[in-house]
Amino acid sequence: MNNRGTPLVELRDISIAFGGVKAVDHVSIDLHPGEVVGLLGHNGAGKSTLIKCLSGAYQKDSGEILINGQRVEIRNPRDARAQNIETIYQTLALADNLDAASNLFLGRELVTPMGLVDDAQMEAETRKIMGRLNPNFRKFKEPVKALSGGQRQSVAIARAVYFNARILIMDEPTAALGPHETQMVAELIQELKAQGLGIFLIEHDIHNVMKLCDRASVMKNGQLVGTVNVNEVTDEDILGMIILGKKPEGVAC
Amino acid sequence: MKNAAPQTGQTQIGQKKPSLLKSLEIDTRLLGMIGAFVLICLVFNVITDGRFLTARNIFNLSIQTVSVAIMATGMVFVIVTRHIDLSVGAILAMSSAVMGVLQVQLLPHALGLGIGNPLIAPITILGGLLTGTLIGALNGWLIGYQRIPAFIVTLGGLLIWRNFGWYLSDGQTLGPLDAHFLLLGGIEGTLGTTLSWALGVIFSIAALWAIWQARAAKMRHEFPVKPIWAEVTMMGVAVAAILGLVAVFNAYEMPIGRLKRMFAERGEVLPEGFTANYGMPISVLLLVTVAVVMTLVARRTRLGRYIFATGGNPDAAELSGINTRMLTVKIFALMGFLCGLSAVVAQARLSNHANDIGTLDELRVIAAAVIGGTALAGGIGTIYGAILGAIIMQSLQSGMAMVGVDAPFQNIIVGSVLVFAVWIDIQYRKRTGEKL
Repeated sequence: MNNRGTPLVELRDISIAFGGVKAVDHVSIDLHPGEVVGLLGHNGAGKSTLIKCLSGAYQKDSGEILINGQRVEIRNPRDARAQNIETIYQTLALADNLDAASNLFLGRELVTPMGLVDDAQMEAETRKIMGRLNPNFRKFKEPVKALSGGQRQSVAIARAVYFNARILIMDEPTAALGPHETQMVAELIQELKAQGLGIFLIEHDIHNVMKLCDRASVMKNGQLVGTVNVNEVTDEDILGMIILGKKPEGVAC
Repeated sequence: MKNAAPQTGQTQIGQKKPSLLKSLEIDTRLLGMIGAFVLICLVFNVITDGRFLTARNIFNLSIQTVSVAIMATGMVFVIVTRHIDLSVGAILAMSSAVMGVLQVQLLPHALGLGIGNPLIAPITILGGLLTGTLIGALNGWLIGYQRIPAFIVTLGGLLIWRNFGWYLSDGQTLGPLDAHFLLLGGIEGTLGTTLSWALGVIFSIAALWAIWQARAAKMRHEFPVKPIWAEVTMMGVAVAAILGLVAVFNAYEMPIGRLKRMFAERGEVLPEGFTANYGMPISVLLLVTVAVVMTLVARRTRLGRYIFATGGNPDAAELSGINTRMLTVKIFALMGFLCGLSAVVAQARLSNHANDIGTLDELRVIAAAVIGGTALAGGIGTIYGAILGAIIMQSLQSGMAMVGVDAPFQNIIVGSVLVFAVWIDIQYRKRTGEKL
């Protein structure tokens, strides 16, 4: 895994503490283009906190973030966006009172030459991309609170896809979804991967990890247990890492 | 607005003919408020034997509403972002004190411009607007960057700013005011009939153009549009409303004593049988301008979009890269600016500055915004709703005074109406929410 040139993202020796609690303790992980890396661990293991340092929601206390080998500073979500990092949050960061188009373009509105937001243009673009991602989507005029979990998820994903993310962070993207919608997201991940995006996938479901990810990094109590190639290990190996913090024998970590 | 009246039932593509209201795409809440307003007017008109709906009373009602209505438009943004501003009345008083001192003492005497100098009014107004904006920005900074709850910051401001104004003006009532400044108060500054009609026509054309543009934009992207008869109906209603209001203002005749005084000032004698009508008050024109600009800000600018997004989900807004702290400063600075503007209108209407100017305005302004459908939970509210809310409150108050309702009952009724209006709104949302 180390002979593929410069990683797309490298998180080196990241630490972050809240009060006296070390939520993330000297963790290093990396991600290559066209790769899906799963992040696993119990609730409170620190995986969401780690990834929020990359998405700009939190600031790391120490360590470095490298994008394409270049050191970057990510202080807020705007910095992350500037690096083409897009995040799909577990809690679906959508404004419930706005419609799909307003949410999709939130923070990056299309404007007319006079500098006013161009709602018609944004709706047209939204219709285009939703036609690709979720052809059954119809509720373009309604606030997103009127949408189902899957429809809301597709709005969140459309946002990441539309703006040509290179690095995609997905925090349990299928947690609130039914089987059909989960399948839709799985197919989408495969498609994005084929396009050369790097994807961090925070996931609880081991089956999804085995199916979707190339590598899996397991965290426990803020520390990295290890990173394994998914096709070299079994479900039980990964479970052992999550529960016992034990690295599987005979596997390069 | 994107979040206005949920369009219920659109998901089922049935063969049913769309209802009249749906074809017109009218906000049913707006319709309800207009209905309530019309009812209030008719009831008072009957009780007062037709004195309520006279040109004179409508004129007075309008100029009394302007100050609160201007501030209510700003309060919509504040409440939409889940904040509150209890200091608007105090900021108004402080701005008014600054303007009073400027135009009565500082500019004409200390700086030697002399009474009646045409520079006095613009400098005074600038001073008032600046005072309001700066205080608002300070509020916003304390709330956005220092994370003190808006309720506390502005509750403190309620005590601080009115008394700063008191200190500044030595507690004196300041007057008489500059003659040009007084034009912004209402009765002293009207456009006359010809200019009012001209403006009415211009506004009508602008309204027609706006409706047509919206339709054209939809057609460009091949979105469904209203049937043409519905567009024409809306255009007709808009033009009738604009020209109707102008007609009412133009119907108000100036009293003979005032005409005599005006001619006497010019060294002339009032000709026999000469009459003149007031026309549109400048302060009302100011309110219309504020309403149009604020609506534009709410619906068609990034600032407006961010305000509503932040109100709907502050975390989502922050994660979408919106600088919500700076946004808070902007919202409160805008609120402060509008308080300064209201101070101009209020002071000019009362023709002096006194310490108690704008007392309890914070409650009127918040009530107007809330009656107008602004949800305290955030994310929902309209500019026209807040203005209509202010008009409804003022009509109730004026009407009751006219009928001779005892003072305690006036407040009891206004308070009850506020609670009742919010209850109705909750029921309305429940009902439409179920259909979604």
